[in-house]
Amino acid sequence: MAKTIIEVKDLRKDFQVGEVTVHALRGINLKIEEGEFVAIMGASGSGKSTMLNILGCLDKPTSGEYLLDGHSVGNMSRDERAWLRNQKLGFVFQSYNLLARTSALENVELPLMYNPKIKAKERKELAINALETVGLADRMHHKPNQLSGGQQQRVAIARSLVNDPVVILADEATGNLDTRTSYEIMSVFQELNSKGKTIVFVTHEPDIARLTSKNLIFRDGHIIKDILVSHKTFAREILETLPVYDDYKK
Amino acid sequence: MNFINLLKIAINALKRNKMRTLLTMLGIVIGVASVIAMLAIGQGSKKSIQEQVSSMGSNMIIVFPSSQMRGGVQMGSASSKSLTIDDIEAISKNCPSVKMASPEVRGSGQVIYSGKNSPTTLYGGNENYLGIKKLSVTSGREFTIKEIQSSAKVCLAGTTVIENLFGSSADPIGQYIRFNSIPFKVIGVLSEKGQNTFGQDQDDLIIAPYTTVQKRVLAITHVQTILASALNEASSPKAVAEVEELLRARHKIRGDQENDFEVRSQEELVQTFSSISNILTILLGAIAGISLLVGGIGIMNIMYVSVTERTREIGLRMAIGGRGKDILLQFLTESILISVFGGLIGILLGVGASQLVGKIMNWPTVVLPQAVVAAFAVCTAIGIFFGWYPARKAANLDPIDALRYE
Ligand SMILES: Nc1ncnc2c1ncn2[C@@H]1O[C@H](COP(=O)(O)OP(=O)(O)OP(=O)(O)O)[C@@H](O)[C@H]1O
Ligand SMILES: [Mg+2]
Repeated sequence: MAKTIIEVKDLRKDFQVGEVTVHALRGINLKIEEGEFVAIMGASGSGKSTMLNILGCLDKPTSGEYLLDGHSVGNMSRDERAWLRNQKLGFVFQSYNLLARTSALENVELPLMYNPKIKAKERKELAINALETVGLADRMHHKPNQLSGGQQQRVAIARSLVNDPVVILADEATGNLDTRTSYEIMSVFQELNSKGKTIVFVTHEPDIARLTSKNLIFRDGHIIKDILVSHKTFAREILETLPVYDDYKK
Repeated sequence: MNFINLLKIAINALKRNKMRTLLTMLGIVIGVASVIAMLAIGQGSKKSIQEQVSSMGSNMIIVFPSSQMRGGVQMGSASSKSLTIDDIEAISKNCPSVKMASPEVRGSGQVIYSGKNSPTTLYGGNENYLGIKKLSVTSGREFTIKEIQSSAKVCLAGTTVIENLFGSSADPIGQYIRFNSIPFKVIGVLSEKGQNTFGQDQDDLIIAPYTTVQKRVLAITHVQTILASALNEASSPKAVAEVEELLRARHKIRGDQENDFEVRSQEELVQTFSSISNILTILLGAIAGISLLVGGIGIMNIMYVSVTERTREIGLRMAIGGRGKDILLQFLTESILISVFGGLIGILLGVGASQLVGKIMNWPTVVLPQAVVAAFAVCTAIGIFFGWYPARKAANLDPIDALRYE
């Protein structure tokens, strides 16, 4: 039996907008185990990002329970949640969020800067390792504006895994990329997952969701379906079938 | 986040907007430089006044007639004839704290020597006069008591007078010069004193026995001013009191009646001038301080812009584990760096500027080390004070909102 990384019980999130209360999440129950690759799907406004923000300790639920790697997040302070994000979590955003005019290496080092236990030398080694994992070791001194979108996203992935998190959270990480590059990114994620990394991934595209191991379908703040992907597809194989100039068709 | 990382991040952020950083810094640079320069100028003038006055004899006591009410009519002090030669003799004899005393009489007019002439002032004193005024003779000799008794037409001339009349080459000793058409034999040249703080040429004068000046030039019998010197600086207040008491008795001034003279010590004069130049220094410093304040507001403004511009960066830093405290320190470090660097440059510039002013304008300047230390401390304080609100705004951002910020 694998270790449980994420456990969510009857989780609710309301937003108060003036007089109106928006129920973004209405009682979510969820368990994610070590080594799972979970895709969260659903229509726009169904609560996917809200869910991911709470899983990422960026936001607090209105009610319910959330256990991350054995830590109860519900009644943690701002600083404690920051510590949890630094130690246990990795984020990949749709718009990369790399620091401009800062080299890939320094961008990847950034999370470790907020960990006083890690010294400069070790920090650099870990960052270079992470960049090697995503296949960008030769670009580590490039600045974001000298990298393609796909490369920037790979730097962002390297940054998300440099602190060896228990789970990587990605919100529409392929949303800004063309089909071919999306598959390239997915192949990076698959590789990480094959090494045992737990990944939770929000996407709109069923083709992308197919590449994960489990799909959660959201609607109106509920999980309406929980599908185990039985037949494993490899992004690398799909890439080989794509024509090289696919970029222009999309 | 440790200190070196903070510094690195702050320096990188500042380098990213070089021009903006420099312009913001400029506000502080100008502020600090002007504070330092203004204080240096103020302190300089204070110090030079003090030096000036003590070079004139810091234990000197001056007695001059004061305006007096006579039957409800205010008499001008210049017209008062209350001081006499007998007063001076009495002071010399009866005031134990007074070392020596001399009359001073003066008149202004033209001096003429073989077709050249220039306006100057003629002073008359006794054998103590040079000693009290800390003057000396560089060539020739002083006048003798005998010359005073006989109202001899001999004089000592200041270097400016010598230059105007004789040029720089000829030997003036033994020559006759005319002051308001009365011939005086030059028997000595006074040592050079230069300008005083008020730009007055202290070498533009002639000194003769007071008897000569009284009888032959001014045709008066009274004395315009009495100069005396106390035994030392410390006894000068006591000497003032003794002189006042003696003169009140001699002038038959009773009980609550006002004096018909005034006694001032050089010491008091120093204090008066010092307090005037202190006020001047504070005023100049305050005006310069305002520019420093404006510089601080400039920092605050730029830090707010910077926080807004980098909202997404702040969101990201929070997402990967930056605590509010880390973000606060990051922005605070930036504003402190701007103000401290600006302050250092400002200090250098201010010290340089005051030295330049000292050279070019011939105005004495004194850069006090306390002023430099204070300027540095104020700069750091400005960085913290004006950086605090923008930095706190950054630290209190909600990570999700910050990440979504467009
Ligand atoms: N900060 C907020 N204040 C008010 N309402 C919010 C806020 N954030 C989200 N919501 C509401 O919560 C609901 C869920 O939003 P969420 O962003 O989670 O949707 P989503 O599934 O990620 O959509 P999309 O696929 O378009 O990204 C929406 O109705 C949205 O309007
Ligand atoms: Mg979303």
